[in-house]
Amino acid sequence: MQRILMVFLAALMWGGMSNDLAALEIKAAVLRIDPPRLAPISRFEKFPEDNGFAGAQLADEDNGTTGTFLGHTYETMMVAVPPEEADAALDAILADGIRFIILMADDADLTRLADRAAQDGAVVFNAQAEGVALRDNECRANVLHVAPSRAMRADAVAQFALWKRWPRWFLIHGSNPEDQALADAYRRAAKKFGGRIAEEREFEDTGGSRRTDTGHVLVQRQLPVFTQDADDHEVVIAADESDVFAPYLPFHLWTPRPVMGAAGLRPVTIHGAHEAWGATQFQRRFEELTGRYIREEDYQVWLSLRVLGEAVIRTMSNDPQTILDYAISDEFELAAFKGVPVTFRPWNGQLRQPILLYDGRITVSVSPQDGFLHQVSPLDTLGLDKPESSCTAFN
Amino acid sequence: MKSLFLSAALASVVAMPAMANKAFVSNEKGNTVTVVDTDTWEVLAEFDAGNRPRGITISPDGKKLYVAASDDDTVRVFDTETYKEIHTLPSGPDPELFVLHPSGNPLYIANEDDNLVTVTDTETRTILAEVPVGVEPEGMGISPDTKFVVNTSETTNMAHFISTEDYKIKHNVLVDQRPRYAQYTDDGKRLFVTSEIGGTVTVMDIDAEGAPTVAGKISFDVPGVLPEWLQPVGLKVTADGSKIFIALGPANRVAVVDGATLEVKDYIIVGQRVWQLGFTPDQKYLLTTNGNSNDITVIDVEKEKAIKSVQVGQQPWGVVVSPN
Repeated sequence: MQRILMVFLAALMWGGMSNDLAALEIKAAVLRIDPPRLAPISRFEKFPEDNGFAGAQLADEDNGTTGTFLGHTYETMMVAVPPEEADAALDAILADGIRFIILMADDADLTRLADRAAQDGAVVFNAQAEGVALRDNECRANVLHVAPSRAMRADAVAQFALWKRWPRWFLIHGSNPEDQALADAYRRAAKKFGGRIAEEREFEDTGGSRRTDTGHVLVQRQLPVFTQDADDHEVVIAADESDVFAPYLPFHLWTPRPVMGAAGLRPVTIHGAHEAWGATQFQRRFEELTGRYIREEDYQVWLSLRVLGEAVIRTMSNDPQTILDYAISDEFELAAFKGVPVTFRPWNGQLRQPILLYDGRITVSVSPQDGFLHQVSPLDTLGLDKPESSCTAFN
Repeated sequence: MKSLFLSAALASVVAMPAMANKAFVSNEKGNTVTVVDTDTWEVLAEFDAGNRPRGITISPDGKKLYVAASDDDTVRVFDTETYKEIHTLPSGPDPELFVLHPSGNPLYIANEDDNLVTVTDTETRTILAEVPVGVEPEGMGISPDTKFVVNTSETTNMAHFISTEDYKIKHNVLVDQRPRYAQYTDDGKRLFVTSEIGGTVTVMDIDAEGAPTVAGKISFDVPGVLPEWLQPVGLKVTADGSKIFIALGPANRVAVVDGATLEVKDYIIVGQRVWQLGFTPDQKYLLTTNGNSNDITVIDVEKEKAIKSVQVGQQPWGVVVSPN
């Protein structure tokens, strides 16, 4: 009821305005591809039905409120499909005339779907895929990457480790391709900032039951053995995108050391306890709307749509190319509850953003760390800097 | 003998200089208000002010102190002599900043969580109007002719010009990211809006009807300080319009800007995370709240120098000084 009243009031207010503004409709879609997957190790992290969509809902409210003062209306369609239905779902979205598409997909799906969207002149916001190649040789001119790359997350962890003077790392990675890719990102980060992988081991995903009544009994015996006799190291870095072993590492290591990466201190774009830089009010709005804490996917979808909304109000346009050009221009900046404006890298369409280091309860630190300098922006010390990216799509 | 002594004491009270005003500082984390003597710069008292006190202002007669107790969803009104709570005012949820009509009534309140500006009658203690504004309303300013209240919305990035007559929005002006504070010059011909994340102050010329035109922007540059840290928040202008003081948040500095040329003249180093500003009534001093060092800095307005810092409560947010 309150909402209806507010809309009504907003309409009244609009009627009373003297400005003569052109009405603009901004139609977007969130396409979420849900592959079959195991439940996460911790039930605190189970996927909610509205994963990501909740962020879109909030963004529509935020953009819509601003829109009432300008005559802009925002409508975002939300579609969740299994991988085999993804292409048809995108076709349907494009057939609806929607040219702003937020994709929650893995690397391969993202590239394929982005190419299909490009045929119809649509802009894609990548809210999930973290592959470094997507920002490098596999980049696309119609894709804005709002999700950070694996390289950005790894660099955020690496900077903190080196700020702490923990230069020797014990890297433990999973056996699946995405775990290997993440391990690569950590190896590169070590090289980039002067860390050293003192020891490296692979924890094989044998497909066993990860979460059983007695799981911890076995883990308690196995993990110390698995981690013994490692070369001297100050920190353990876990590369486990598959969520197979990392949460068990802290407290079960042979040599007691802090864990970072997939467990312990984790690099995230947001978490439900983040309060700095006005985030409290953002969290409150989100929780009131959804009845749960925010997840990274929600934030990344919200941020994608806020990028769109911000570009719309500054250009007074809903033309995809105009929006894309503005977003990657020097003019664009957006507040995202991270203390600094977020902007796009014009060389590969990646959103520059600080990465929060989260211990499961609080923001422990935020990268980039003090002292990691850059001639353009400290944020460019995270991920692929201009000379490191071979992307030419935006040239 | 006793009565003689008493009258002597009374005489000395009367003879005291009129400049002994009180500065009231809201402490956001400490849930208190600290009272500081602006003559001796000593802390006179600290009293409980509700949960998360932020916005703070005082009635024109100096008798009532208004405190936005954000987490209590109310505005608390305190007696400036006894520090006792007189009553509360309905404010709408999560009141953050507000501005009082120069007559003392009504109070215009930004409700951060609900995208509203609430107009509250300070006498009848009733809500006169709720005005829907942009997302995360924060800054509140009133034009000297009292015809407009300006609200800034942090996520919408606009300054909304609300008519005090019919409570309708007459103008919306887009500004840079996270607008925090709105302040008119005393002659009403200019309006300044600070943008925390944008790192700028938007300067608007205001015509006779109160309509705004963007005249320019003030930006900041301090060697050795990352540009991202130069985040303008609180802003005050001297009565003659010659000097503009701008609190720069995590840069721990207050910028001094020439009112005529809009050039930054100097940066005054103050405490950590400088947030809001308040003049003494004679405008001899400007007080800054420093949220991370839990103190206020006293700036000599003429000399443009920090002369003193005074420890207050936990995370000082806003400051107001009692009128003469």
